Amino acid sequence: MTDPVFGPAPEQAADPELVQLLTPEGERVHHPAFDLDFSADQLRGFYRDMVLVRRLDIEATALQRHGELGLWAQLLGQEAAQIGAGRALRPQDFVFPTYREHGVAWCRGVDPVQLLGLFRGVDQGSWDPNEHNFALYTIVIGAQTLHATGYAMGVQRDGAVGTGDPDRDTAVVAHFGDGASSQGDVNEAFVFAASYNAPVVFFCQNNQWAISEPFERQSRIPLYRRAHGFGFPGVRVDGNDVLATYAVMQAALQRAREGQGPTFVEAYTYRMGAHTTTDDPTRYRLSNDVERWKLKDPIARVEAYLRRNGLADDAFVAEVAQEADVLGERMRRECHALPDPAPRDIFSRVHVEQTPELAAQQAAYDAWVASFEEVG
Amino acid sequence: MTTMTLAKALNAGLRKAMEDDDKVLVMGEDVGTLGGVFRITDGLQKDFGEDRVIDTPLAESGIVGTAVGLAMRGYRPVVEIQFDGFVYPAYDQIVCQVAKLHFRSQGRVHVPMVIRIPFGGGIGAVEHHSESPEAQFVHTPGLKVVACSNPADAYAMIQQAIHSDDPVVFLEPKRLYHSAKADVDESAPPAPLWQSRVVRPGSDVTLVGYGPTVSTCLDAATVAAEEGRSVEVIDLRTLSPLDLVPVQESVRRTGRLVVVHEAHVTLGVGAEVAARVTEECFHSLEAPVLRVGGYDTPYPPARIEDAFLPDLDRVLDAVDRTFAY
Repeated sequence: MTDPVFGPAPEQAADPELVQLLTPEGERVHHPAFDLDFSADQLRGFYRDMVLVRRLDIEATALQRHGELGLWAQLLGQEAAQIGAGRALRPQDFVFPTYREHGVAWCRGVDPVQLLGLFRGVDQGSWDPNEHNFALYTIVIGAQTLHATGYAMGVQRDGAVGTGDPDRDTAVVAHFGDGASSQGDVNEAFVFAASYNAPVVFFCQNNQWAISEPFERQSRIPLYRRAHGFGFPGVRVDGNDVLATYAVMQAALQRAREGQGPTFVEAYTYRMGAHTTTDDPTRYRLSNDVERWKLKDPIARVEAYLRRNGLADDAFVAEVAQEADVLGERMRRECHALPDPAPRDIFSRVHVEQTPELAAQQAAYDAWVASFEEVG
Repeated sequence: MTTMTLAKALNAGLRKAMEDDDKVLVMGEDVGTLGGVFRITDGLQKDFGEDRVIDTPLAESGIVGTAVGLAMRGYRPVVEIQFDGFVYPAYDQIVCQVAKLHFRSQGRVHVPMVIRIPFGGGIGAVEHHSESPEAQFVHTPGLKVVACSNPADAYAMIQQAIHSDDPVVFLEPKRLYHSAKADVDESAPPAPLWQSRVVRPGSDVTLVGYGPTVSTCLDAATVAAEEGRSVEVIDLRTLSPLDLVPVQESVRRTGRLVVVHEAHVTLGVGAEVAARVTEECFHSLEAPVLRVGGYDTPYPPARIEDAFLPDLDRVLDAVDRTFAY
């Protein structure tokens, strides 16, 4: 539609370009800007990562259904986006996740059982962010994109950008979703990152749904095009294609490390499960859509490619399945064994330097508890 | 010993903190080239460079949110919120992120950030420029909140707040920035940050204030003395943690307490002081604890702000009322 005075509106109907290296049928295709050669080990590694992460997700969902977790945010369908983004990282890079980044956590060496604590209600994030270069999950939508940008500003001040030393130059990743793209914090993060040319990659998994609201409620244009308005490049990648996601993220991360500034990567994918285990997507979306996206499954296409090219056989697939079974069993066992925290510890954790008021409340709590023990 | 305004003392304190630790950063709107709208950061960018004194985009949540990331990278950001009424766009970052990260991470993540807020009225400003939002932050576990009332404290307290490994909301009485002038001994050992202090001894009634109302309380004590009443004045200095030890010690002697702040009275800091003093000093009290503060209205247009702000007469009237029991 063209307005007689203001001219044309941005094109909404046209299908934007989607970077893809592996079709849903498992055929390797090439892209002029983002092509990479992948070794057989790398491809098998992607497959293994995605199968294990899917099992992690299924297992956690089951644990919720059995009452062992209060909640779980499923990643089903987003395995390729997360493994592609996670495996493109270098050790010194730093990641700011949402609460659904189980696949990236996996790549950062966070034990899957540690992810359960938040959802079981025994902690609010139990891993050491500095040990894994992976911040705690953030529940408030989009808030972490500013933390990532600030962290990247710190990286600049440390001189860890553009030195040419591959072990020193550092990129930061801000994860968020299509819903978060409407948040003020995310847009402010874009402004700050652009203004300071910060070494941050904004990795948006557009899974089409913000709980019940479809992507169209958040944006009239493809999300990656928003970046242009902020003054940095954006690209849309097939988020169900682990090869393409890896290749695009590798390029974007390298750009950041070299000091060329922020990049917006929109990983176009689909939330196959519910928003969380409390959600019922049958109330707001058609099963047809879900069936259509099943044909684009991120794992099936890699398996098809591996088998067709003789890079994997039944034995390999069975071996990974077996590994997934072991992981599932361990998650169940160790989830049951996760200890409740000691209530008195909450008083010690509020500040680095405890206040006299909290010390007094802690002492009063101890006395309260002790008063029951004496009676008993 | 140097004679300084409160503004100059803050500037000198910031400069000293930046000299002492190169991880200290100053960031905010107009803090660089301009030196801040109140000139608190005057000259700092010239001497410490744009990487350490950062003019930010005009977005408060962005300022505080990026400061969180800088703190996680090992920096000690000192954030300037230009005016009290502009802190609310950053409220989520302050309350949900800054305040909770240490707790959520079981102590693994420190956020050693100072959020400087010029607060209070009396400068004839347009709306959103004269507010006293301290109760919002005192009510938030994980934050520490302090308010300076004079140049010597300003010089020391800003450095102590920056040195703290916990996030500190640092309230500056903007109407005293350029009017309060005093000798500051830069080499004097500072008083502990987390302690309130008797600033004028007395025996008949206790007056408690902080930030801009300390001078109001001192003026009231001077006038009351002429009428034969001995007023003890206490500057709270720290609102969270709230140090009421000197207040309780005082009330046990005087039996009467009036708390004065510009913030709205309902659920303000004075309410907390009254509750705790009543718990601890019930048998010493000769009268209920009274509060003098802003009315429970939005901050009014500047031409009538004097009617809203606690002044000498309202403080003295409250003192009189405590003697009616």
